[in-house]
Amino acid sequence: MSDKLKVLAGLLVLAVLITLPFWLNAGKSGAAPEIVIAEAAKKAGNCVESKEWMAANHMALLDQWRDVVVREGKHIYVSESGQEFNMSLSSGENSCLGCHTSTAEFCDSCHDYTGVGTLYCWECHIDPSKENK
Amino acid sequence: MKESRRKFLKIAGVSAIGIGTGSVLTAFASSGSKEEKAAQAAGARFKHRAESLKAGHWGMVIDTRKIDADLAAKIQETCHSIHNVPGIEGKQELKWIWPSDYKHVFPMQTNPYVSEQLKKAPILALCNHCENPPCVRVCPTKATFQREDGIIMMDFHRCIGCRFCMAGCPYGARSFNFRDPKPFIKEMDPMYPHRMIGVVEKCNFCDERLARGQMPACVEVSKGAILFGDLDDPDSNVRKALRANTTIRRKPSLGTSPSVYYIV
Repeated sequence: MSDKLKVLAGLLVLAVLITLPFWLNAGKSGAAPEIVIAEAAKKAGNCVESKEWMAANHMALLDQWRDVVVREGKHIYVSESGQEFNMSLSSGENSCLGCHTSTAEFCDSCHDYTGVGTLYCWECHIDPSKENK
Repeated sequence: MKESRRKFLKIAGVSAIGIGTGSVLTAFASSGSKEEKAAQAAGARFKHRAESLKAGHWGMVIDTRKIDADLAAKIQETCHSIHNVPGIEGKQELKWIWPSDYKHVFPMQTNPYVSEQLKKAPILALCNHCENPPCVRVCPTKATFQREDGIIMMDFHRCIGCRFCMAGCPYGARSFNFRDPKPFIKEMDPMYPHRMIGVVEKCNFCDERLARGQMPACVEVSKGAILFGDLDDPDSNVRKALRANTTIRRKPSLGTSPSVYYIV
């Protein structure tokens, strides 16, 4: 039983080591980013669906739009309110990026903060905010 | 002792069934993917654009007699510029439509005595949008597929770059992005995406233009040398041209049944 002290000390060191990431990052959490709505989007007044619905479901919507456009050749989306939209991510004014002109402010700020993966849409789709530079 | 083991096995069996049915029930409850639910919640509906062109089966007739080297080059340049096809030379070249010659486009025409004019003529080659496409059969991810109107389309998002389709295509109509194409695109057309490294690409019969009510770009700049229309409609321009002229298709013995016809 003479090793009791050593064992306890070892356990303590282990516990500290395991929880080290928590101690290192304690109190460092950044403030959630404010979504910047671009001027063009403010002017348009409303998005394809309600703001809350878009925040929760935009990824599913985009996924579905892609399949419908590429596979079925349909390009018009009729929203719940009956308004019609051109289904396109980045082709000109009549597309998602036509309103949300800055991908860095509108897409990346949230995606980076929540750590849901880097967006690689712009590997192929044209990002007008970067193309004009 | 024997009794308790029996009891243990009974309880274990019943619990196993319980756990099993539990997971089956949750699986049933969550059937219908998230997207479907999201779409239903939004009351989503999708429509064709009113101006979009439709056909039973799109087909093309190329009048090789009317195309000279200049026109062929112009057609290729127009197509490549609106689709952001990079200008890479050599073995890694990418092309959607390109001028070749009779010998290479029609290797199965065994006649050794063809006219001088035909020997020299630039013959445009492109994806044949086969009725029986080998590329679609071999694609493991369904990135390449056949639309109802006969167009062989690619969903670039799904392409994993395995290049089975390139091995499957007997016309060499597909190109692979061996490197990042972006630096090789002279002027980016914002109305069409470009591709990324590791993706195959090819002619799409200008599906994006058909959806806007426009004819394919090559047809538009060809000054009438290329016709495009509905092969299912006996009164269409392509069917009329096919009736009035002798036409051939590429490598007919392979049974792919191309939708591109050549007047020679």
